[in-house]
Amino acid sequence: MSTFLGLPRRRTVPDDAAPFGDVPHPDDPLRWGETFPDAARAALANTQLRTNLGHATSTIRAKRALVVDEVPDWEALRDAGSAIKTDVMARLPELLTELERNVTARGGVVHWARDADEANRIVADLVKATGETEVVKVKSMATQEIGLNEALAAEGIAAVETDLAELIVQLADDMPSHILVPAIHRNRAEIREIFLQRMGDVPADLTDAPRELAMAARAHLRRKFLSAKVAISGANFGVVDTGTLAVVESEGNGRMCLTLPETLITVMGIEKLVPTYADLEVFLQLLPRSSTGERMNPYTSLWTGVTPGDGPQAFHLVLLDNGRTDVLADEVGRAALHCIRCSACLNVCPVYERVGGHAYGSVYPGPIGAILTPQLTKSSAGGGGRHDDPNSALPYASTLCGACYDVCPVKIDIPSILVELRAREVDADREGRPTGWGAAMKAASFVMRDERRFELAEKAAVLGRLAGGRDGRVSRLPFPGSRWTSSRDLPVPARQSFRSWWAEDHDGPTHNEPPHDGPPHDEDDAR
Amino acid sequence: MSARDEVLARVRAALSGDGKAGAAAPSAAQPARTYRTASEHAPGSATALEILVDRLEDYKAHVHRASGDDEVARVVGDLLADARSVVVPPRLPAGWTDALGAGTVVVQDSREDPRSALELDEVDAVVTAARVAIADTGTIVLDGEPDQGRRAISLVPDLHVCVVRAEQVVHTVPEGVRLLAAYPGRPQTWISGPSATSDIELSRVEGVHGPRTLHVVLVG
Repeated sequence: MSTFLGLPRRRTVPDDAAPFGDVPHPDDPLRWGETFPDAARAALANTQLRTNLGHATSTIRAKRALVVDEVPDWEALRDAGSAIKTDVMARLPELLTELERNVTARGGVVHWARDADEANRIVADLVKATGETEVVKVKSMATQEIGLNEALAAEGIAAVETDLAELIVQLADDMPSHILVPAIHRNRAEIREIFLQRMGDVPADLTDAPRELAMAARAHLRRKFLSAKVAISGANFGVVDTGTLAVVESEGNGRMCLTLPETLITVMGIEKLVPTYADLEVFLQLLPRSSTGERMNPYTSLWTGVTPGDGPQAFHLVLLDNGRTDVLADEVGRAALHCIRCSACLNVCPVYERVGGHAYGSVYPGPIGAILTPQLTKSSAGGGGRHDDPNSALPYASTLCGACYDVCPVKIDIPSILVELRAREVDADREGRPTGWGAAMKAASFVMRDERRFELAEKAAVLGRLAGGRDGRVSRLPFPGSRWTSSRDLPVPARQSFRSWWAEDHDGPTHNEPPHDGPPHDEDDAR
Repeated sequence: MSARDEVLARVRAALSGDGKAGAAAPSAAQPARTYRTASEHAPGSATALEILVDRLEDYKAHVHRASGDDEVARVVGDLLADARSVVVPPRLPAGWTDALGAGTVVVQDSREDPRSALELDEVDAVVTAARVAIADTGTIVLDGEPDQGRRAISLVPDLHVCVVRAEQVVHTVPEGVRLLAAYPGRPQTWISGPSATSDIELSRVEGVHGPRTLHVVLVG
């Protein structure tokens, strides 16, 4: 299987080491690999991948269902979460400036980045100013989205991922395939193999027991945590009225990064705000149950600027746009910005479960990725939602079953947005030029406007029976009909049209008795 | 134009309806809060404590009951019988460490006189108080005050003994958040069981980078 077409760049491991994955780091974390249909076809042939994903997603679905059922006011919490996020988007300019004011008042420094390159530049300069060449990182979708690790590597700075799944992905020189568990496509045996070959200080008798693998990661990262001078994180929430930031995690790697180093740099999308501290009572109930299926995740860290004598004494917050304002400008699509990155929609999606995250060609896979990625990239090079933009295929990566909407903790109506984006893609593609579909509809309109023309067409259609096979289906037509029959069969026309049967069976148009029997039954027409 | 001004200008344009999709600004209605913000189980009530214990044990924390400070000392002494050293915050309630064995060194730490991360790595255990506990989710919140200490001391040592008073135990998350909202600027750590990961095949494994063992001593 090959799902990569671009040139690999800035590998994080020596070039002579063959990558474990077949997805080397692409140039654009939001647009890589083949288009979804091609990548999905290849992924479906990978039985190991399907086994791994089927096992993992069914486990997490059961856990989530159990802890969500425990909460008597779950729907009220979802409503509140949705309303709070709608309010945030409506008041985003004032909320952003208020957050900036409150973070600054508590000793933090706020930076603004229009796009990925600008954010990477800001972070690289901040790290260089400390004189350090290695930084520890908390798992963060924002830094995945901007390709921060690769950008830092190009400046001679090594970024060490400390979340277990991110570490697995980084050691394998792979790409993440899930928002919450980036290494969900790997099973324990593959992870053991990656550790043995890439970790360096791993015990030789390592088995594939998850506990042993976790302990190997603990030992590997311990020294790095204790000596790190600079940490980089994302943020789950930015509380506007207090200037407080929140990181929700499980392993304690987040606490290590947020507590021990001297300098902390946090990259956060401009949409991650909540207006008040009390709003955390909603999201800290919704997020853990939706994401890991736990009542509460093991560790949540909240910090406000700098606390003298406790934790990093230099704090930088980078506020990132990178296409978010394009999403915000879209009346329908802007709800995608409400996402709190829980990944529940990935775990319930029948499409995601079968093709995995890499097929989406973006660090945001699954249903949320299918609406977020094309919107984030519509103004970037190669974007625009047109057919030649690979991301324009993403809204079709869905059966519209609606499971994603049902589990979304902030009630993002993903199916409706998918349909809207599909319509936009069709419209953008047409751009005034006649399409086959449009021409066919025009021709049909010409024929159906006139009774005599329609009658002639019906007679002609009966001749179409000649193209049918023994199964009563037309499977191959010459062009332009081939554009239909290449993807689906056409039933053969009936032996007799309804109009001609009616004329035979009834005396005239004024006859108003109910018909005593139906049209002549024809075994060939049974379907 | 600076990046700040440009991003803010783009946000305003996006909301003004001048955006590409001709979008109207979304409504800024005050969100309705019909979820539970209070509980029939009062803070410290027997039911609240029972739920907390159930949740803590479900996530592999060890729970111990103590009737008063004397008994806290005895429990702490028992739990740390094998510890060579224990770090404590500057104003841990007097008496809690009175029953430690002679072989256990007590290491003091404070914002003014902090131990380094490498020094803390040599310490076997930590004893702290807590700010609030949330029964519904089995969560204990530390907010860095002098009876709980710097965030680092409850992170680096491998064993954490956290003493929670019964009256600090609330039933729901909103009750806990509303107590914490009195001092939102304090650095908070919400702890729900020992560190854990679900990153390998989404199976939960307890004990990664944070303390691998969590003992909660409930007083009263």
